[in-house]
Amino acid sequence: MTTKIDEAQVRRVALLGRLELSDEEVAQFSGQLSDIVTYIEKLNELDTDNVEPLAHCLPVHNVLREDVPKPSLTNDQALANAPARENEYFKMPKVLGDNSGA
Amino acid sequence: MADLDYKVIVGLEIHVHLATKTKIFCGCELAYGDTANTHVCPVCLGMPGSLPVMNKTALEYSILTGLALNCEIAKFTKWDRKSYYYPDLPKNYQISQYDLPFSEHGYIEIPLESGETKKIRILRAHLEEDAGKNTHTLGNFSAIDLNRAGTPLLEIVTEPDMNSAEEVGALARELQRIVRYLGVSEGDMQKGHMRFEPNINLHITKNGEVFKTPISEVKNLNSFRAVERSVAYEVRRQLAAFEETGVTMQMGNKATYGWDDDKQMTVLQREKEEAHDYRYFPDPDLVPVDIDDAWLGEIKGRLCELPIQMQVRFAKEYGLSDYDAGVLTADRATAEFFDGTVKLGADAKRVCNLLTQTGLKLANEKGVSVDQLRISMENLAKLAKMADGGDVSASAATTIFEEMAENGGDPAQIAEAKNLVQKSDAGEIEALVDAVLAENAKAVEDAKNNPKKGKKAMGFLMGQVMQKSKGQANPKIVSQLLNQKLNV
Repeated sequence: MTTKIDEAQVRRVALLGRLELSDEEVAQFSGQLSDIVTYIEKLNELDTDNVEPLAHCLPVHNVLREDVPKPSLTNDQALANAPARENEYFKMPKVLGDNSGA
Repeated sequence: MADLDYKVIVGLEIHVHLATKTKIFCGCELAYGDTANTHVCPVCLGMPGSLPVMNKTALEYSILTGLALNCEIAKFTKWDRKSYYYPDLPKNYQISQYDLPFSEHGYIEIPLESGETKKIRILRAHLEEDAGKNTHTLGNFSAIDLNRAGTPLLEIVTEPDMNSAEEVGALARELQRIVRYLGVSEGDMQKGHMRFEPNINLHITKNGEVFKTPISEVKNLNSFRAVERSVAYEVRRQLAAFEETGVTMQMGNKATYGWDDDKQMTVLQREKEEAHDYRYFPDPDLVPVDIDDAWLGEIKGRLCELPIQMQVRFAKEYGLSDYDAGVLTADRATAEFFDGTVKLGADAKRVCNLLTQTGLKLANEKGVSVDQLRISMENLAKLAKMADGGDVSASAATTIFEEMAENGGDPAQIAEAKNLVQKSDAGEIEALVDAVLAENAKAVEDAKNNPKKGKKAMGFLMGQVMQKSKGQANPKIVSQLLNQKLNV
């Protein structure tokens, strides 16, 4: 079977997903992902020339909410599952080269 | 080195916080400056199993803004996930819009120094969620507040149609005016309601050839001054860099900069764009939205006359200076109050003076808008007409305005009660003039025959008549009578 997803691609996807993989895992996932892609490729047999791209699989549109406030969690509830906290804040390892800001 | 011929090219990305009561996908109230992590719930904390539901008002505010920016509004729009690995947005993705934004292809008209306007094309506007805040660092750790996470954020992207720092500043200010007029955002820069990201480069002509410098993107600017200064700085920096190295734009040499307000310079953050791979895909948690004609029509009904249109109209139709028209249209309440008063038949310049010289000051002191002073448009129009007709002097009109602002009331009654009615009865004034002329032979002589002292003597006689009338004689008529009687 040809390698659809080579090791370089696996490493790239791992980097994007912030995953640390060993060389063995990279080889293993390259094979597995290639198998998956090959399997999925069966869909290419379908003729989709006159089919509109699907934005959502449910035939439902316009689910909207009125702009009315609802109670939020308390600070303690919000932080209950946090691995670490600092007073009212979540405490997180600092992101190097932080370019956050959506 | 010889001065280079160059053109500045700037496009702008703007993020605007919408002034809804609640977040975009959950019922948490928007709150600025409250205790950290007290306006959060499973949805905006990104807890597994929680489901976002679109805030209808946020979408309508967005569409309204799109309409004001002359955009085409899509009949069908959807939301996508954009991969984002920072702790200030804990889902690990931002809900945004990718290939089917709700609006595209518009323009915004900005005022130029010359009094003309310029159209800047809008590429698109889409609706997304804001991230939370990395508030401060604790050694190798960050403290995260997610109160802001999920704030509805309108992202507006312009085409690179601006050609100077001033034009970029004008667009930023104009957009603030628009969102405030529409009531879709407070546009408060201090609270981070508007953030700007200019993309800047130069087209330099040298020896008949055009060279394009690498594009710089300056991130997260939150004041008009910083926007203007960062663009001006980048122009200087890119010129110097080109002269030194001759480097030009190539694939992938766009760089990201921050703005250091203390040093007043841009600071390199990221040299090469690591090929961005946001891996957008449709968000399965949110269903698409159809915007039909009825709904769109209803939202269109909420549009108002835009500030730039009012400014141009005030200058053109009412003959105001561009400066005055700008002051009056800075906020919608003032603009509409002014316009309404003038439409009641009052003189535009007179109303403008009363509002800009007295009204705005009083309103500012009281922390209200001018229409919330205790003056109706009818009474302001009446006062303006009284001043124009010479029933009260300009200074008396100011006094009456102040009294009306404080205690309300009818300007004619106030003028009466405060003895501010100007006497315009020529017969009555003539008697006063005659008396003054008889009492001041020397001044009369000077006024008539002494070219050196004539003007001063005339002023003296004028003052005497005004004094005799206890300041109530119409100075225009006094002056006419004096000129007549002294033959000057």
